[in-house]
Amino acid sequence: MSVNTNVLGGNKLKLRRRASLSDTNLLLIITCIVFVAMYASAVIFLKKGFLKPQMFFNILNENASLIVLSCGMTLVMITGGIDISVGQVTSLVCMSCAVYLVNYHGSVLGSLLIALGIGLAFGVVQGFLVAYLEFQPFIVTLAGLFFAKGLTTIISSDRVSITKDNCPAFDKLCKTEIVVPFLGSVNKKGIYIPAYVEIGVIVALLVVIILFCVLKWSKLGRNFYAVGGNNQSANMLGINVKLTKFIAHVLCGLCAGIGGYLFFLHAASGSPLHAQGAEMNAIASSIIGGTLLSGGVGNIAGTLVGVLSLSTIKNIVTSLGLEDAWWTNITVGGMLCIFLLVQSIVLARRHRNKK
Amino acid sequence: MSTNDLTISSKKSFKSFLGKVVHNQLFIPLVALLLLVLFNLAADWFLHADTSFFQIVLKPSSTGSKILTGNLITIIDNASELALLAVGMTLVTSAAGGQDISVGATIAIAGSTVLRIVKGYSPDISGGKFAVVIICSFLLCVVVSAAFGAFNGALVAFFKIQPMVATLILFTAGRSIAAWINNNDNISINDERFGYFGNFIPGIAIPTPVFITAICLIIIALVLKFTNLRLYAQSVGINSSSSRLNGINPKIIKLITFIILGICVAVCGFIKVSRTSSITYAVIANNIEMDAILAVALGGNNLGGGKFNMTSSVIGAYVIQFLTTTLFRMKVSSSAISAYKAVVVILLIIMSSPFIRRWLDDRKSRREAARVTKAEAALEAAVEVAGDVAADVTADVNAGKESV
Amino acid sequence: MEDGAVLEMRGICKFFPGVRALENVDFTLREGEIHALMGENGAGKSTLIKVLTGVYPKDAGTVRINGIDRPIHIKSPQDAQNHGIATVYQEITLCPNLTVAENMYIGRTKGPFTNWFRMNRRALKLLDELDIPVNPKEQLGNCSIAVQQMVAIARAVDMECKVLILDEPTSSLDEQEVQKLFKLMRDLKAKGVGIIFVTHFLEQVYEVCDRITVLRDGKLVGEYVIEDLPRVQLVSKMLGKEFDDMADIKSGADVVVSDLNELPVYEAKNLTGTTGIKPFDFEIRKGEVNGFTGLLGSGRSESVRAIFGADRVAGGIVKMNGKRVRITRPLDAMKHGISYLPEDRKNDGIVGDLSVRDNIILALQVMKGFFRPLSRAQAEAFADEYIKLLNIKTASTDTPIKSLSGGNQQKVILARWLLANPVYLILDEPTRGIDVGTKVEIQKLVLKLAAEGKSVTFISSEIDEMVRTCSRLIVMRDGKVVGELKGNDLNQNKIMATIAGGES
Repeated sequence: MSVNTNVLGGNKLKLRRRASLSDTNLLLIITCIVFVAMYASAVIFLKKGFLKPQMFFNILNENASLIVLSCGMTLVMITGGIDISVGQVTSLVCMSCAVYLVNYHGSVLGSLLIALGIGLAFGVVQGFLVAYLEFQPFIVTLAGLFFAKGLTTIISSDRVSITKDNCPAFDKLCKTEIVVPFLGSVNKKGIYIPAYVEIGVIVALLVVIILFCVLKWSKLGRNFYAVGGNNQSANMLGINVKLTKFIAHVLCGLCAGIGGYLFFLHAASGSPLHAQGAEMNAIASSIIGGTLLSGGVGNIAGTLVGVLSLSTIKNIVTSLGLEDAWWTNITVGGMLCIFLLVQSIVLARRHRNKK
Repeated sequence: MSTNDLTISSKKSFKSFLGKVVHNQLFIPLVALLLLVLFNLAADWFLHADTSFFQIVLKPSSTGSKILTGNLITIIDNASELALLAVGMTLVTSAAGGQDISVGATIAIAGSTVLRIVKGYSPDISGGKFAVVIICSFLLCVVVSAAFGAFNGALVAFFKIQPMVATLILFTAGRSIAAWINNNDNISINDERFGYFGNFIPGIAIPTPVFITAICLIIIALVLKFTNLRLYAQSVGINSSSSRLNGINPKIIKLITFIILGICVAVCGFIKVSRTSSITYAVIANNIEMDAILAVALGGNNLGGGKFNMTSSVIGAYVIQFLTTTLFRMKVSSSAISAYKAVVVILLIIMSSPFIRRWLDDRKSRREAARVTKAEAALEAAVEVAGDVAADVTADVNAGKESV
Repeated sequence: MEDGAVLEMRGICKFFPGVRALENVDFTLREGEIHALMGENGAGKSTLIKVLTGVYPKDAGTVRINGIDRPIHIKSPQDAQNHGIATVYQEITLCPNLTVAENMYIGRTKGPFTNWFRMNRRALKLLDELDIPVNPKEQLGNCSIAVQQMVAIARAVDMECKVLILDEPTSSLDEQEVQKLFKLMRDLKAKGVGIIFVTHFLEQVYEVCDRITVLRDGKLVGEYVIEDLPRVQLVSKMLGKEFDDMADIKSGADVVVSDLNELPVYEAKNLTGTTGIKPFDFEIRKGEVNGFTGLLGSGRSESVRAIFGADRVAGGIVKMNGKRVRITRPLDAMKHGISYLPEDRKNDGIVGDLSVRDNIILALQVMKGFFRPLSRAQAEAFADEYIKLLNIKTASTDTPIKSLSGGNQQKVILARWLLANPVYLILDEPTRGIDVGTKVEIQKLVLKLAAEGKSVTFISSEIDEMVRTCSRLIVMRDGKVVGELKGNDLNQNKIMATIAGGES
C-alpha cells in the first residue's frame, strides 16, 4: 500500500501546478495574434492608408452595428443557442424608424424607443419559445427571421431615406462626428485632418465594455457559460437554466435593436435590402473571435476583434484592386475556413494531450 | 363483468391507437397538410371562387402542346427541388447532428457549372449531340457539387466543426464562386430543348421536375431499403463513439451523407437553371436552405441528429410549398409571404414541442398515481382478508416500519 | 415528524410513461447518521434521489424537513439547495468549461457579481483542507475524472447542508480517495449532518453506514439498523430471493480446459498502443477465461482496447490461430471473431435512441456489410431470441434502449456481441454499476461461454469477481505488465501484492 501513497504524492505535486490556459482564453489569443499579424502585414505591404488611424476608425464607423449584433450573438452562442433573426430585425428596425420619422414626423427619441422596443419584443418572444417551451433555437429564430422580413416589406417595399428636409434633427445626429484627438493626419496639401468616429462607434464600444464586464464579473454572465458548458449540470448546480437562456435571448434581441438603430444612424434610410446576411456576418465574427457554436466558450473582446478582422480582410481585398464583390466573399469564406481549421486543430490537440 | 371488461379494453385499445397516431412522426406533417386542404376548401366556399383551388385543367401551353395546369400541379412542380433537398438534409441532420446552410449557394454553383458547359454549343446541334452535351454537363455538375459536399463533409467529419459553422464558409463564398465560374456573365440559353427539364417536354402533360424528383425519391428509397445507410446514419448521429466500436466508421458515414446531399443539390441546380434557361447568381435558390431545414423540422425530425423519418421530411417539403401557394392564392404579396410563413411555422412546431408532450405525459402519470393509491387501499383491504398469502410480503414491510 | 429526523419522505410515487418507478416509498433520515440506500438497478434509488432533489416532480407523497412544520414542495435543484439538501451525483454534474473554483461556488453565491479573488481563495482553502490536489483556477475539463468527482464532493460539503446525498460517488475513486471521502463523511456525521449514501460496493456500506433502506422494483422492502442485517441477508433482500448463487460460481473456476498443444486463439507480440501503455505480449487459448487487473489507470482497459483496435495501434505482431492478421480498427477485429464490450456503457456501448432490436443486431449487421441489411423479420427473431436467452426486461423490441435500467442495457450489449458469434470475447468491466443479481448472471454466462469453447477476457475492478471467474490473471501497473498469476497463486493476497509491487 505504501506504493499507492507515493503515486498519490506524485500526482499532487504534478497537479497543483499553474492553471493551464482555458479554452476561451486560448482561442482569444489566437484571434488577436492573427488580427495583429494581418493588420501589420497590410500596413507593411499595402501601405494604402492602413497606417492612417482614420482607416482604422472607418472600419469602426462602418461596423458599429455589426459589432453590437455580434456581441448579442456571442451571448446566445455562449449559452449554446443561436439567433439567426438579428439581420432581419436590423432591417425591420431601420424600416420602422425611417417610416416613423418620415411619414409620421416622429421625434428622434421616439424612433430610438421603437428600435429598442422591436428588439426587445423579438428577444422576449423568441427567448420564451426557446427557453420555456424548449423549441430548437434555430427554428424559432428562423421563424423570427421570416416574420421580420415579411413585416419589413409590409411596412414598405421601397427605400425610405432620411434627408435634411424630412427630418433635420436626425440628419444632424447621424452626421455628428466625434473628433479623436492627436490621431488626425496631414493630407498632401499639408492640412491637418482630424480623425473622427461616429456616435455609433461610441455606443458600440460601450455595449462591448458593458457586456464584457457582465460576462466576466457578473453571476449572470458566469451562468451563461455554465448553461452553455452543460445545461443539465448547470441545472443540478442550482442555476435557473430556463431563465438564463431567456435572458440571453432578450439581451440578444436588445442588441439587435441597438444594432439596428446604429445601422439606421449610419445608413440614414430604411430598406428591405438593409443588413441582408448580417446574421451570418455576426455568426462569422463570433466564430473568428473564438466563440464555439457548441456553447460554453467565447469572449466579447474576441468578438470585437472578430468583427475587425472580418472588415480588415475586406479592406485588404479591395485595396488589392480586386473590386468585384465576389472576391470579398470568397476571401471571407477562405478566412473563416482557416480560422475554423486552426481552432479545430488546436482544441483537438489539447484534448488529446489531456488524455 | 365480461362485457364490462370488453368495453374497457376496446376503449383502451382505441386510446392507445390514438396515442400511437399522435406520437407517430407522420402525424404533424399530415395534419398540417390536412389543415391546409381544409383551409382552401373553406376559402373556396367563402370567397365564392369561380374555379376551385384544387381544379386541374388540361389546356394548351404557349408552345402549343397540352399541359396540366392548376394549383396542385404548381405545388407538386415547385416543391420538386425542396423535396430533394429535404431528403439530403434529413440524412445530414441525422448523421452529423446539424444542418447544411450552404445548399442555396451550392445550387448556384451547380447551375453555373451546367450553364458553363451548355453555353458553348449553338442551338442548332443535332438531338443526339445535344443529349451528350446535357449528360456531360449534368455529370460534371454532379461531380462538382458532390465535391463541395465532400468539402463540407470533411470539415465536419475530420475536423469536428459543427455543420452549420462549416457550411457557413460556402454559404458566404458559394454564390461568388458560382459567379466566378462564368466570369460573372449573365448567361441565357436560347435552345428551347434545354428548358425541357425544368418545364414540360412537348407531348407530356406533367412537368418534368416531377418525374425527376420521383425518380430520385425512388432511388433514395431503394438505397435506404437495400443498404444499411439508415441504421448507420442513425447510430452515428446518436452515439458516434459507440458506433465506432461496433465497426462503423463515423467519419466516412458523415462524409457520405454530405456527398449524397451534394448530389441532391446538383439535381436541384440542374432543374433550377433549366426552368429559366438562365442564372442570376445572387437570387437563384435564395433562402432555400431555410425551407429545406424547415421541411426536416416539420417532419418531426430532431434537428440534433439521430432517428429520422424520410417520408415525413418529404411530406414536410410539400407542405411548405402548399403553404406558399395557398398564401399566393390569398393575394399575399410575394415579399410579405415570409411573415405569414413564420406564424404558421410557429403554430405547427408548437404541436411537436417537447414541453407540450411532457405536460401531457405528466398529466397521465398524475392520473395513474391517483389510481394506484386507490388500488393500494383496496389491496390492503384484500390483504387483511386473504391474510396468510400476503403475510410474507407484509412481514418485511412491517419489520421496516417497526424499526422506524 | 419523529424525533431526530432531518428528513422524512412518506408515500412517494413517481411514474414514467409505462413504468412505475416509485410506489409508496417511505424514507427517513436522522440527524448525524449515514444511511445507505440499497437496491438493484431499476429499484428506484436514483429516482428517489432525483425526486428529493427536485429534478423530477413527484406524483404523490409528502416530503418533510426538519425545522419546517408543513410538507415542503421541492420544485428544482436550486430549491433543494435552499432547503439544505446537497447532492453529489453518480455522473459528474459540473461544467467542464468553467474553472474548479467556479464549479464549487456557482449557483449558490449571493449578490449579482462574482468576486474572483475571494472565490479562488476560499476554494484553495477548502481544497487544501480536503487534500484535493488541484489548482482552483484550472479549467475543470482539464482535470482527471477522480479530481472532478472530488470537486463535486467539495462543493456539496461546503454548502452547510443538513442533508448530504452521495449517489455512487466512489465509482471513479481509488482506494486512497475513498478513505479520504469516508473520513470526511464521518466528520460531517459528527457535526450532525444526515448523509444518504448510495453505492454498489457492499464493503463500503458496512464500513461507514449506520442504517440501510432497501428498495426493490420501486417499492420499499424495509429499513434496517446495520448490525441487524448481515451481508448475505442484505443481498437476498435486494434480490428478493435466497442467495446461494455465489456458491455455484466458485466451483466454476476449476473448470478450465487448456490444451497446451493447440495454437492460441489469439496471440500478440510486442503489441504497442498509442494511449500510454508499454508494448506487451499476450495470448489466450480456446476455452480459457483470463483477466487483466491493476489499479485504475494501470493500463488494463487500454491493453484490451489495443487488442480490439479501438485506439490506434502503433506496432506489434498479431496472430489468430497461428495465422498473422492485421487489426488496426474495430471492424478488423470483429471480422476475425473478436468482440469487445467497452468499459463505459453509456458513451461507448449503447446507442441510446435506437431500439433494443437495433442495438442487438448492430454488430452482426455491420459485419455483414453495408449492402446486406438484415430483414425486419430476421432482426426481430434475433432480438427475441436473445431477450429470452439473457432474460432482458424490456417492454418490447421497439423500446429505446436508453429507457432500460443499467443492468438490462448491459445485457443488451452482451446480446449484441454474443450474436456476432465471436471466438474471443473481451468484457471490460461488464459488472460495473449494475445490480448484484445481474452481476452473478454475467459471471455465470462467462463460465458457460468458456465451457462452450470460447475464449474470454474478463476485467473487473472487484478482485473477488476475477478470482471466481478467471483461470489466469495478468497484472498491470503504470502501463506495464508486471506479472501473470494462475493456479494456486490466484488468491486475493497474492494479487494485491503483485499489483502493489515488490515491496510487500
